[in-house]
Order: sequence, then C-alpha cells, then structure tokens
Amino acid sequence: MALARYLLRRLVLSVFVVLGVTMLVFTVAQVVPSDPAALYAGPRPTAALIAKARETLHLDAPLPERFLTFAHAMATADFGVSYKSRRAISQDLAVYLPATLELAIFSTGLALLIGIPSGVIAAARRGGLLDRLGGLSSIVAVAMPTFFLAMLLQGVFCQWLGLLPLSGRIGKEFSVIDPVPFVTGFMLIDTALAARFDAFRDAMAHLILPGLTLAAYPAGVAMRLTRSAMIEILERRHILAARALGLSEARILFGHALPNAVGPALTVIGLSFAYALTGAVLVEIVFAWPGLGRYVSEAILSKDFPVIAAAALVVTLCYVAMNLILDMVQALVDPRVALT
Amino acid sequence: MLEVRGLQVVINSDLQVVRKVDLSVPKGTIHGLIGESGCGKTMTGMAILGLLPKGAGLQAGTFTFEGTDLLSGAATLRGRRIALVSQDPAAALNPVLRVGRQMDDVLRTHSNVAKPARRAQAAALLAATGLPDPDRVLNAYPHQLSGGMQQRVVIAQALATGADFLIADEPTTALDVTVGAQVLALLRRLVAQRGLTILMITHDMDVVAEVCDRASVLYAGITVEEGPTEALLRAPRHPYTKALLAALPDARPKGQRLAALEGAIPPPRQIIQGCAFAPRCPMAMPVCATPPPRRTEGERFWLCHLEARDA
Ligand SMILES: Nc1ncnc2c1ncn2[C@@H]1O[C@H](COP(=O)(O)OP(=O)(O)OP(=O)(O)O)[C@@H](O)[C@H]1O
Ligand code: SF4
Ligand SMILES: [Mg+2]
Repeated sequence: MALARYLLRRLVLSVFVVLGVTMLVFTVAQVVPSDPAALYAGPRPTAALIAKARETLHLDAPLPERFLTFAHAMATADFGVSYKSRRAISQDLAVYLPATLELAIFSTGLALLIGIPSGVIAAARRGGLLDRLGGLSSIVAVAMPTFFLAMLLQGVFCQWLGLLPLSGRIGKEFSVIDPVPFVTGFMLIDTALAARFDAFRDAMAHLILPGLTLAAYPAGVAMRLTRSAMIEILERRHILAARALGLSEARILFGHALPNAVGPALTVIGLSFAYALTGAVLVEIVFAWPGLGRYVSEAILSKDFPVIAAAALVVTLCYVAMNLILDMVQALVDPRVALT
Repeated sequence: MLEVRGLQVVINSDLQVVRKVDLSVPKGTIHGLIGESGCGKTMTGMAILGLLPKGAGLQAGTFTFEGTDLLSGAATLRGRRIALVSQDPAAALNPVLRVGRQMDDVLRTHSNVAKPARRAQAAALLAATGLPDPDRVLNAYPHQLSGGMQQRVVIAQALATGADFLIADEPTTALDVTVGAQVLALLRRLVAQRGLTILMITHDMDVVAEVCDRASVLYAGITVEEGPTEALLRAPRHPYTKALLAALPDARPKGQRLAALEGAIPPPRQIIQGCAFAPRCPMAMPVCATPPPRRTEGERFWLCHLEARDA
C-alpha cells in the first residue's frame, strides 16, 4: 500500500514537470527574437506571404488562447509542421527518436555493464593494483572528449582492425537493397521482428562504437559511485555476518553487497540516459547517426520553433518516464524506500 | 571441544586488544565469556572465527577445535563447524534481501541439495528456532520482523551452516528482557537437542548465571578466572570476579554506587607488567606489580597473587 502511494506521488510530480516544461517552451518561443511567420513564408517572403503565414499560424490570437492551442496540440502529439522543411514533425520524430532512444538504451546498458562490476572489484581490492588501474581508467573515461574518443575508436576498430562499421545504423544491403520493414524504428527490434538475423547482427555491429563512445562517461561515473557505495556497504555488519556464515567472496560481493548499492546504479542510468538523449550531438555527427540530437541542433540553428518545442517535450517525456521507472525499480529492490 | 591457549591479538602492531586469553570449552556446553566493555570479548570471538578486522593480527596463541589446529584451518571451519550469532540481529541481516533468499544462500553454500528441498530445510530450521509461521517469515524482509524474530532467523542461519559450535556475541543485548530470555531458552534447548556447543559472550552476570555451564572472566584482554559457573558465582576467587558480582543489582543495597567497579580498564596501548587489575583492585599489594601466578583448584583457575584462602 505504501508502495502504491509512493508511486502515485511520483506520478503526480511527473505531470507537473511535464506541464511546467510545456509552459517554459511556449514562453521561450514568445521571447526569442525571431518571426516565425517570416520563416514559414519561405526563403523570399513578401509582405502578403508573411501576413498569410501569420493567419495560418494563428499568431494574432491572444496569448492564453495560443497557449491552449499549443498545449492541446502537444497533448495530442500533433506537433505541426517544421517551418523549414514543411514536413510533419511527428513523421520526423518517428524516425529520429527511436534511433536516439536505441542508442541511449544501448549505451546506458554498456555503461552499467562496464562501470558496475569494475566498481565492485575496485572496492573489493581497495588500494590494490586493480583499484588504482580502475581509478585511472575512470578518470580517462570521464575526461576524454567524446568526439575524440569516437575518432579513436573508429581509427582502431574500423580503419586499423576493420572489425566494425564506420558509421550509420545499418549497412546498405539491409536499408536499400533488401530493406528491413520499418515497424518500431528500433533497428534491433525491427530486424528481429523480420527474422533477419544477418541484419540484426549488422545493426548490433553499428551500435557498438557509438554506444561505447557514449558509455564512457557514465561508465566512469558508475564505477566511482559503485566503488564508494560498496566500500561503505562492505563495512556493514551483515557483510561480516555473511562472511561468518562461510559464503563465498563472489556471492558476498555481487549477491549481498551489490543489491544494497542500487542507488548509484539508478543515478547513473538517469544520468546516462539524459546525456545520450540530447548531449550526443557530436557523437551522432561523427557516426552519421540519424538521431534526435542532430535533428534538433539543425532546428536550433534555423530557429525552427515547432521542431524545438516538439523535441523538448518529447525528450522531457522520455526522461520523466525513465525516472518513474527508476523510482519503481528502486522501491522494488529496496523495500524500505517507499516507507520514507 | 575448543581449546584456546595464550591468545594475543594486536592491531596496528601497538594496540593490545587481546593480551592473553585461555579458554577451554567442552563439547555440548555453554561457556560464558564475561567482562566489561572493551576488554576484548568480541575480538576473541572474531579471532576464533578467523574474521579479525584489517590491521589486526594474531600475535600468539594456539587454537584447537576437536583436534584440528584452527590457525591452519580456520577459513575452512568458519561457517562450517563454527558460526556466529551477533549482538544486533537487525544489522546482521541484509536489509534488501528476503529472509528466504538469505537462508537459501547459506544452505546452498554448505550442501548440494536441490532448491525446493532447500526451501523445506529452511522452513524446518526456522520452525526449530520457534518461529511460528516459517513460510511467512521466508517471504518477509528483515525489517518486517520483530527483533526477537530476527534473532531467531540469525540463529537458524547459523544452524543452516551445519555448525555445531556457535559464538553468540551478546545475543540478547539488543532485545527486550522477555524476548531476550526466550532467545536464551532457545539456545539452551538447541544445546540439549542438537548437542551444540556455545561460546556465550556477555557483560551480564545474569546471563552467565542462567545458561552457562562454565565461564571465563576477561579483564583487559586476559582471562583472569575460569571455572564452572556455579563455583564461580558462589565463591569467586579473583577480586575482579568479585567486583563484577558485587555490581549485580540484587547484590547491593538500592541506590549505592558500585564502588567495586570504579575506574576503567587499561587502554589497549598500555603495556602491562604486573597484574592488569592492580590499579582498581581493593586488595592490591606491592607484589601485584609483578605478573600474578596461575592458581588452580579442581576445574577452575585464576591469576592472582592472593592465596586461595585469602581470596
Ligand atoms: N577495528 C578496531 N581497530 C582498533 N581498535 C579496535 C577495533 N575494534 C575494537 N578495537 C578495540 O579493541 C578493544 C577490544 O574490543 P572488543 O570489541 O573485543 O571489546 P568487547 O569486550 O567485545 O566490548 P563490548 O562489550 O563493548 O562489545 C577495545 O579497546 C576496542 O576499542
Ligand atoms: S594480583 Fe593483586 S592486584 Fe591483581 S587481582 Fe590479585 S590482588 Fe588484586
Ligand atoms: Mg563486543
């Protein structure tokens, strides 16, 4: 019961966050010094074209009315058309959002897979060689600029070893010659749905390098947070008790101590997800990844407001949803959370 | 049968947390280990378990457990023949794992029985510790149980290792008086039914009086007196044992300060030449600045310059 109340509280909070962001996005659009009508009217606007654009875009309606129209449109996922390309934004998002989400989820998984076990081992071998090596690697991983790491990985795995593809989401043979049907926009899911395992392998290979690049920073953070949490946990009485019961060191570390360290892991998931969702522009450019970051950065440069607004909202929604899931996981793993 | 001779534990090479502990615990008995806070009771238990903290080292001493030299084989006996029941059961259980999972981890470590059978074993062990609804307890998280139930779970875990020697480090201090008494009764019953041997660490003479067959009195990391409980309580030989007994609530008139226990034990850093208790001993004599002799009488011994008839 406490759990349900806790989750309800979180849900209500999330609704407010989304409302707040909607309002913020709308307000920013009002103060940004640019004329959407001029943009909408095209490259060589005449006064008549601009006036017509003002009418189509309802720019002369009173502010509250325009906000309501805007909020309603957002709520129904009717993001309107891009001022620049005149394409429906929802169609663009259907392609770019899954691409970014797939990369974000994959890199977050990698970050946890690398960061958490190395943090556990560093804590277990505190002060030892592995610990110092891990500490050094985590500093490098956090400090190294992403574009540089991206190029380094490309240099080693594509040009030198020739093991992995240089860029893109999937090879030509699966996108042009014999295309895998678009269902969810997640390459791994679509190829699996089509039972095209060669295509699945190819999509996976394309994910590895951008995934690793994006995972480096959160993995470094994960390692450090896990290490410090584990050092504290390993001092607790119940760990001594587990030792006294004869449990193996591996079971104590991973089965008994680590479940007490879900806090850092969840923090890292949130951080890594947010990082990959919008902070990945450079990575998307270097790896020619058709994602949200590139889409939005172009929109920002051309002040394509509807695109910016739609992307801001969608990213907020993804992030809020992610946090809700994390809260739920935290409450499930540590039953005491819901009681506080 | 556990035999400890001349145990010495030093931390960071200058803290004498255990100076010279002798213990002999016959099979199937409860042996009390009593002394003030800080006199090295827990450290003695940890040394026997082979679980001394970082920086702590065994400086001297021999251990034998039923003929096995513990110094060579402690790691293999820990959690197999010897298990720990510690003071604060809430802290001894993992807060984020269900009791069933924690029991199962112990059982699978010590046997290769299949999982469903282990579940039944776990339930049986919980029932053996007097928990009324084992299946409910197995599905519970520790914080959903009362302190007494938690301590029973800890005892069941110790039994799950298959150990027949328990080191119970103040198993009742964190519990209510009545619940504590029930746990003591349970331990007593386990000794009778399963032939367990228990080293009962406590600073409470009442606990010794209630459940222990024999007891050792520790002072500043030294066994100053050891013997059958009944003789120890009726006719204590060492002045420190006498002081402990005089400090019992019913042994002194109400409201009177326990004059007998004024002062403090010497800090672990201090190097002790003569009798460790001399600064607080009402009977101290000049000769007490030299190491006291070991005196024996039947099944008991003590370390004191006083002759038995003077004591
Ligand atoms: N990790 C440690 N590092 C340094 N000194 C320690 C450490 N643990 C315990 N000590 C010291 O060792 C001495 C003996 O401690 P121990 O815990 O064995 O006492 P105890 O008899 O069990 O006391 P209590 O009744 O309070 O549990 C104490 O002086 C204590 O301060
Ligand atoms: S040796 Fe001396 S100081 Fe020590 S207990 Fe005996 S009488 Fe007291
Ligand atoms: Mg203690």
